[in-house]
Amino acid sequence: MATKLLMKGNEALAEAAIRAGLKAYFGYPITPQSELLEYLVRELPKRGGAILQAESEIASINMVYGAAATGERVMTSTSSPGFSLMQEGISYIACAELPCLLVNVMRGGPGLGTIQPGQCDYFQAVKGGGHGDYRMIVLAPGSVQEMADFVYLGFDLADKYRIPVLILTDGALGQMMEMVEFPEYDIEAHLVDHSSWATTGKKKGSERHIITSLFLDPEILENVNLHLQKKYDTIREKEVRYEAVMTDDADFIVVAYGLSARVSHKAIEMGRQEGMKVGLLRPQTLFPFPSEQLNALADHVNGILVVEMSAGQMVEDVRLSVNGKVPVEFYGRMGGMIPAPEEILNEINRFYSQKLIEETF
Amino acid sequence: MTNEIKIAGFGGQGVLSMGMTLAYAGVFEGKQVVWMPSYGPEMRGGTANCTVIISNDRISSPIINQFDMAIILNQPSLDKFENTVKPMGQIFYESNNVINPPTREDVSVFEVPAALEAVNLKNAKGMNMIMLGAFLEKNPIVSIDSILKALKKVLPERHHHLISANEKALKRGMELLQNPVLS
Repeated sequence: MATKLLMKGNEALAEAAIRAGLKAYFGYPITPQSELLEYLVRELPKRGGAILQAESEIASINMVYGAAATGERVMTSTSSPGFSLMQEGISYIACAELPCLLVNVMRGGPGLGTIQPGQCDYFQAVKGGGHGDYRMIVLAPGSVQEMADFVYLGFDLADKYRIPVLILTDGALGQMMEMVEFPEYDIEAHLVDHSSWATTGKKKGSERHIITSLFLDPEILENVNLHLQKKYDTIREKEVRYEAVMTDDADFIVVAYGLSARVSHKAIEMGRQEGMKVGLLRPQTLFPFPSEQLNALADHVNGILVVEMSAGQMVEDVRLSVNGKVPVEFYGRMGGMIPAPEEILNEINRFYSQKLIEETF
Repeated sequence: MTNEIKIAGFGGQGVLSMGMTLAYAGVFEGKQVVWMPSYGPEMRGGTANCTVIISNDRISSPIINQFDMAIILNQPSLDKFENTVKPMGQIFYESNNVINPPTREDVSVFEVPAALEAVNLKNAKGMNMIMLGAFLEKNPIVSIDSILKALKKVLPERHHHLISANEKALKRGMELLQNPVLS
């Protein structure tokens, strides 16, 4: 059995990346993700990888673009304002179909905002923060253990679909310590053959490999887009991940991801103690979103409460998923504030008793 | 069994490392733990605090507003957290840094003259370990052995020679509450 370590979320991301065969990291420091960069500066060169602190996030993402073209496992990480700077590069990477792992340890915004945790970059992450019709796979860990697990998963998915994968987390999960176990992971067994497209030097008699996101002929670019959309459909079909907590007998559910889901989990535990049949659905993938699962749950519950550290972003996807079957309410905190379990329980209580009154009269 | 603990004081008093030591000791005893620091401007010299949760079961929220116990190292922290301790809970406060002691009557209050004792031990920085010792005397949720093992993880290797001094401080803290100072 692997040893249990007590680690910060940011450190667990870094350690897992090394164990998953990270070959190159490019990044620029920003709170609250700097421990990730610091850990890799210390460890990665000793363990088979290269790390460079770039002059900006724009440089970082373009270095990732270049390095990803070799088919090796490459990565960058940042926090909200830095992630905004990376959007152009991510759009290029998505179009050029290169695998890479990105991390956004979100903080409160907009603007430079605060260094306290936030979840207000959801739209940017799942709707395509840069230009053009592209998607990333977006993974939302809910614990330090999942911070590690989703790094392996993220690299595997990136390689499988030739797509940028984003781990979307927040400052609190990045800074807090929990136990983490690193699973046995045979890098060689997970590496995918990139020889058909990677730019690793032209060999005599072989075709030139060209990595580009420029297609001036609209017919060709439309075909590129159709190909991308087909890939996204496959991902929607095959890669949805979520955790359902006490939803089987629930007549009311909370939907939340990441830190909000942890706090909501406590709130539903408290609600259960008061005799309420409340459950929690925690999307682990934000793209693809567990729409079908939510739609099916909506047949069995009276209402849904969405909790986020934002003004209400994922709530739109929840409403689209349940398509008016049941009322979907929202509770959020902003600006680096974190909702307390009691606040969420209050919201559940309010909604719950309101529904009960409606049903009785 | 779950213990939800708040540790708070000035940056530099060893608040975060005390919490980390306690959390790591929990790991060694096979428990689930969370260590949630305040980070940000307070790290640069103002107030610092952390939440430590030690449980036999899966821990849901790392963010909580109510605590079973609070270890308080300065007045602003007492003002901020006194009312967050659950009824029947415990407050341990460092008496040199707290001018107005807790007034709650529905919690157990323990006065710990840790700063003074640290000076007596010629180990001013060991104040946090004296507080931790006092806390463990009343709440043996982890063993001293686990705490010493945890210190090896928490302290950088160049400071491992300080572990025996820390052990003395821990034991002194325990003694203080074996014969509690009446406030």
